[in-house]
Amino acid sequence: MSANPPASPPRTAEQMLREAITDPRELTRYLSYLDRIKSEGMGTSVMVAPLEAAINWARANSLWPLTFGLACCAIEMMAVGASRFDLDRFGAGAFRPTPRQADLMIVAGTVTHKMAPRVMRLYEQIPEPKFVMAMGACTIGGGPYVKHGYHVVKGIDRIVPVDIYVPGCPPRPEALLDALFKLQARIGSDRPLAARWSKRAENELTGSARP
Amino acid sequence: MTPQEIHARLTERFGDAIGPWTEPERGDPHIAVAPGSLHAVCAFLRDDPELKFDYLQLISGVDWTDRLSSVYHLMSLSHGHGVVLRVDLERGNPRVASVADLWPTADWHEREAWDLLGIVYEGHPGLRRILLPEDWEGHPLRKDYAAPAAYHGVTNA
Repeated sequence: MSANPPASPPRTAEQMLREAITDPRELTRYLSYLDRIKSEGMGTSVMVAPLEAAINWARANSLWPLTFGLACCAIEMMAVGASRFDLDRFGAGAFRPTPRQADLMIVAGTVTHKMAPRVMRLYEQIPEPKFVMAMGACTIGGGPYVKHGYHVVKGIDRIVPVDIYVPGCPPRPEALLDALFKLQARIGSDRPLAARWSKRAENELTGSARP
Repeated sequence: MTPQEIHARLTERFGDAIGPWTEPERGDPHIAVAPGSLHAVCAFLRDDPELKFDYLQLISGVDWTDRLSSVYHLMSLSHGHGVVLRVDLERGNPRVASVADLWPTADWHEREAWDLLGIVYEGHPGLRRILLPEDWEGHPLRKDYAAPAAYHGVTNA
């Protein structure tokens, strides 16, 4: 009779994370993912957290903006793209000439009623995930045209959803960079797989499908 | 030639169609011209060898609330002199002959004055809106213009 080696008890997800991740800050982050997973009833599908982190990391650090500028704010945006401020350092310098390759729409400048349908169409042509930055006073709320500007859309959130507002007239390049960092931080806390995985976990729990 | 000499030449040739030499408190000194004679006056200014106004600098429109004006800044590159013409138009029915056949520059300038002030330039090759969308209603630089509450579902309030 040969005895099987004593089976070690299954390790918990938390233990596995503690073994695999040495950086305390990273560990805290992944443990918070785990807490969220548990609180959302997804059991120990521990793979979700690191995979989402990887996806978010890739998304946040490779934001390709759409090449278009509507007014003076675009000059500041060009400065951010050029060598002095160098947007490329943060992975967002690949300005694309077509919305189908872009992730980020920086609406830089006054949007007129005549231009509004074009802006909407460009937004619709960007594949998901997509992000919109309202740059400058005009795009936030009409700016100097708010009272007598019969031709100006009083804020682009009336025509497309906006993720980040950048105040200024025009905003300094630093302000645009700051907005980019804030957007990247926000993308870092996105849950790109949450919907898919919570469905899977639900199936697992109800036994309606193989995990 | 000085503008006053040009004014004298025009008065001599067109008589009553030419108003007095005007030096307003604000704005450029100018000559008022009767709307019916504007095209003939412009053709004369362009073709007379001593005047030879070969360059139309701009056409602008003015809403005085009781009338509209169309203003022409002319210049002669050959002689180095210039003059400003003004035609006063009825606010209810502002019509004046187009000068786009004399100076092609006038084409877009007249379209702009039509777009924003509603001045009709008769004989213009294609008097369409140039800045605003084709289906825009009204002429926004008129003093009594009220902005629409919404345009294509996008509210203005």
